[in-house]
Amino acid sequence: MKLMTCPINGPRVISEFAYGGEVRSMPDPEKADDAAWADYVFNHNSLPAVKAEWWCHTPSGVWFIAERDTATDTILRTSLYAIWRGQGQAVS
Amino acid sequence: MFARHDRLKSSYDIVIIGGGGHGLAAAYYLARDHGIRDIAVLEKSYLGSGNTGRNTTIIRSNYLTPEGVQFYDESLRLWRDLSQDFDLNLFYSTRGHFTLAHTDAAMRTMRWRAEVNKHYGIASEAVDSQAVREAMPMMDITCGGHAPVLGALYHAPGAIARHDAVAWGYGRGADRRGAEIHQHTEVVAIELEDRGSGPCVAAVITNRGRIATRKVLCAVAGHTPRLLAMVGLRSPIYVHPLQAMVSEPIKPWLDPIVVSASLHVYVSQSARGELVMGASLDPYELHSSRSTLDFAESLAGHMLELFPFLSDVKVNRQWAGMADMTPDFAPIMGLTPVGGFYVDSGWGTWGFKATPVCGKTMSHTVASNEAHPLIRGFSFDRFARYALTGEKGAASVGH
Repeated sequence: MKLMTCPINGPRVISEFAYGGEVRSMPDPEKADDAAWADYVFNHNSLPAVKAEWWCHTPSGVWFIAERDTATDTILRTSLYAIWRGQGQAVS
Repeated sequence: MFARHDRLKSSYDIVIIGGGGHGLAAAYYLARDHGIRDIAVLEKSYLGSGNTGRNTTIIRSNYLTPEGVQFYDESLRLWRDLSQDFDLNLFYSTRGHFTLAHTDAAMRTMRWRAEVNKHYGIASEAVDSQAVREAMPMMDITCGGHAPVLGALYHAPGAIARHDAVAWGYGRGADRRGAEIHQHTEVVAIELEDRGSGPCVAAVITNRGRIATRKVLCAVAGHTPRLLAMVGLRSPIYVHPLQAMVSEPIKPWLDPIVVSASLHVYVSQSARGELVMGASLDPYELHSSRSTLDFAESLAGHMLELFPFLSDVKVNRQWAGMADMTPDFAPIMGLTPVGGFYVDSGWGTWGFKATPVCGKTMSHTVASNEAHPLIRGFSFDRFARYALTGEKGAASVGH
């Protein structure tokens, strides 16, 4: 059974978690043109890589960041967003 | 079955990347209908090793959007003649297809789909639970009491076919007409040049050497994002695994194909007596075809709700494929912003049934450099135009 570590609740089975997609920064909706906005809304970086992703531990409603290798499904690290940002992680 | 070519030529008129059903079908129709024979089909593994050999072989056309319905119905028509065309038994078997409804809301969707289907002349009707019971007396129509079957969408032309044979049939047909099939040949880069009208394809670099070409058809399912990156394109495609499993062979008892979106089950019984079963897409991105116990456990649980008598039947094999999903559950086909680079992608969980018509329409598109009328709703640029297709009749997705 695959486990993921919730930064608050500790290791739990993966079925308790919901995937929220890769962490991305939103362009300014006032300034972005239609093409840039469509790129943000629809396009994905779907190459296998280590990515920072939003995940939620659904029974407790904790949202956090997981760094995961999407080629091997290896979870490298999980942390709360504030802590993750505090470590100087740039949002792509 | 195929000629083996010791070496790649230094150039071809058309290079098709991906030796699955879609790529081989395109090669076949390019050679047969368009007289283009200077074609190389490049497959990084063996023929049909990707999603062609990993799907659950269901063929149907009872989709929801007019674009989808017309497209899949043309495919279904082509399927019926393929065994003759190929002189190869595809084990094409018309079974009838039930999509079960367990709620009033689902029943309403079934009626809606039936009306769209009938408008386009497709045999499709909403039936009540009595009709389901008569077709499948072995089913627990109450599903253990908590999800009783209220009715179904019944699609009489629903069928199954032997998927490997589809790849072999198209491959042999293309091979006999002069197209070259190169297995274990992986594309590592694509060279572009600007001939005055923006970036165009110039060559394909493989692990066996460089091929000069001006036209490339990319038909690589879950590997599409990697190929698009080679030509500098971004797309809405996201890759999740889709798993499936098969039981030990048992006596024939299930004639139709049964699907329940609420219970996340689809199942048919193969000619060998195995139950071929699938469920929903894995819930997160992954570029791997690993299997999980969670999947087998949950699918087996739902199977037993429908068919409790199967509790002693064993699961023989389990596998997965990488599904190239799109936000509107419709494929991405046709021309791209890169000249001479054509895609047949975004086939997610629903590509097998479309194999013949994809081959037909993509061969037309590549030969004429103009999108075939049947695929105009599936264009690469529809997202930038905010003109999505919205195909909610797709397999293995929540509605």
